[in-house]
Amino acid sequence: MPEGKFCNKTPITTEEQLKATLGDKGGKQYYEEMNHLDVDSEKLWGAIQKTMKSRTKTWLEICAHCGLCAESCFLYQVNGRVPEQVPSYKIQSTLGQMVKKKGKVDNEFMQMCMETAWSKCTCCNRCGMYCPHGIDMGVMFSYLRGLLYSQGFVPWELKIGAGMHRVYRAQMDVTMEDWVETCEWMAEETEEEWPGLEIPVDKEDADIMYTCNAREPKHYPEDIAEAAILFHVAGENWTVPSEGWEQTSLSMFAGDWECCKDNVVNVYSAIERLRPKRAIGTECGHAHRATVIEGPYWAGREDGQPPAPYIHYVEWLAEALRTGKLKIDPAKRIKEPVTLQDSCNYVRNQGLKDVTREIISYIVEPGYFVEMAPNKEHNYCCGGGGGFNGIGLYREQRNVALRKKKQQILDTGCKLVIAPCHNCWDAIRDLEEEYEIGIRWSFLKPLVIGMLDVPEHLLPKDE
Amino acid sequence: MYDFLTGPMLWATFLVSFGGLIVRAIMYVKGLSWQLDRVAYRPHMSYGMRGAVRSILAFIIPFKARLWRTRPGFTIIFFAFHIGLLVTPIFLEAHNVMLQKAFGVSLPTLPTGVADGLAWVCLVGGLFMVLRRIAFPEVRIITTAYDYLLLVITVLPFITGLIARYEMGDYNFWLTAHILTGEIWLLSLPFTKLSHAILFFMSRMQLGMDYGIKRGGMKGSDMAW
Repeated sequence: MPEGKFCNKTPITTEEQLKATLGDKGGKQYYEEMNHLDVDSEKLWGAIQKTMKSRTKTWLEICAHCGLCAESCFLYQVNGRVPEQVPSYKIQSTLGQMVKKKGKVDNEFMQMCMETAWSKCTCCNRCGMYCPHGIDMGVMFSYLRGLLYSQGFVPWELKIGAGMHRVYRAQMDVTMEDWVETCEWMAEETEEEWPGLEIPVDKEDADIMYTCNAREPKHYPEDIAEAAILFHVAGENWTVPSEGWEQTSLSMFAGDWECCKDNVVNVYSAIERLRPKRAIGTECGHAHRATVIEGPYWAGREDGQPPAPYIHYVEWLAEALRTGKLKIDPAKRIKEPVTLQDSCNYVRNQGLKDVTREIISYIVEPGYFVEMAPNKEHNYCCGGGGGFNGIGLYREQRNVALRKKKQQILDTGCKLVIAPCHNCWDAIRDLEEEYEIGIRWSFLKPLVIGMLDVPEHLLPKDE
Repeated sequence: MYDFLTGPMLWATFLVSFGGLIVRAIMYVKGLSWQLDRVAYRPHMSYGMRGAVRSILAFIIPFKARLWRTRPGFTIIFFAFHIGLLVTPIFLEAHNVMLQKAFGVSLPTLPTGVADGLAWVCLVGGLFMVLRRIAFPEVRIITTAYDYLLLVITVLPFITGLIARYEMGDYNFWLTAHILTGEIWLLSLPFTKLSHAILFFMSRMQLGMDYGIKRGGMKGSDMAW
């Protein structure tokens, strides 16, 4: 059973493996090895029999082949409405066939499945809302990704991504020391402007435990500083855990379920160790989905809930503005047409549509907020969801996928897009780079800081 | 032949058909897995049931779900087809006469003209379903011979029934053909994709629970199906 040095059925579990695989630039050797990778049909069929229960089985069986899902898929829309992009076709020709053939499939088939699962579906779950039978193809593609991952048919970046989570428990090589140092550094930097500001690490029994996306300490630590400023101004008793601070899950995109569990349990342990009243995650959709919406199930928590109430940043911000913990200076509100990106992962997957609009009502001058069409749970994926943003092999397809969001934004006539999700933020940045439509985009934190009405005693004293 | 088809065979058919559908419903529920499906069914049953009911209602009431509003033409044909398919046989006078004979009870019956009309609606609806499978590339690509076969199985009792009803050709032959095709249709229900007669409700209920419990329901945010 030939398995490659990089492309194989074994997850990356050591730093050495990780570095070696990273050293294979662009996955050149990795994809070459994939051409010779054997399919372990027995294991594949065994996994299907064990994990494919009545929901998925029934979905595959009763799909009426009516084609009503076609228009619901933005990838179908932006790819010239080719029938190969019909969600039902995409899942029937991959998972459907795999089941029909009882796992007796070949390398070529698996590579086709990989391409379909990662470049023709972002698991945005929009089709599920438009199927009369309630068939959610996004859920099934997620399942298919798990099967493909276990057989080694996974894009290079996501094999590495899952490996990162296994080795560092973070999507990037940010160690616990790096993280704590970044927090200290950011606290120091910010304290000049905000006297008394702290980023308390491992404080027990705080009101809030804050968790984030590893990209923040790695690439934009100012985001942590911004979170600290807002908690500081709001007078919150908060903390960050030294261990269990990273709530994203590239392993969820990769279909590495074992790793998903390990990571989320790590975050939950931090909650159990520090006993905060509640946890708050950063502005990131998939991180929220991983730790709050799906995570409890990976961790085997029967009530489907994290060990303490765990909310998304938009929920905390709306609450802080509502209760007056944070006050907006009306003169500084946004006075230009502005639109809002609804992240699939917390809007369609957890219904957080109204709180984001409540925030808008505080920070945007009435009359300037323009809704995208469609919006809320009917909104389209940013174009880069489900790992699509990060996969070099499918960059071209991803760029085509961005066109839907580009058109939606252009139709609003706005030059400013609020995107309270890392992934959407990245996709919108990329679409501006690719298509140059002259827009700006922002998380909520910097916008809100810019328009705060700060109480006198929190301002630096003039020398 | 007639006696056999309307006697023991009919009973066997009913037993297998309705019994089979019930078994499928039970198997569906038994095959759910809170951890694999990632839905905490039991601990949040009330949220779940609320979501389930909303999800079913949105899709059985014409134009309630956004999907139905985006496709008005299809929606009308689809509902007409299904209403004709279900209402006609249950409330047909001839069927209720048999029911009366067997049990001494019968349901209210449709006036002949209405029953004829509904049967024709069903046939025309079925024809449109076939035509759109051929005409639209997004439907053509997923359509298989099996889909056509199921449509044929479904409309044959109506075709044979109408021929018998208008007494075209040999009445007895067409009546027998009608009973036979009707029984084939009933027997196909639990074993083919026609099981959606019950599994539609199960699947919708499950996704409704998913949304009602995990994907917004517990955040007080109902899904705008």
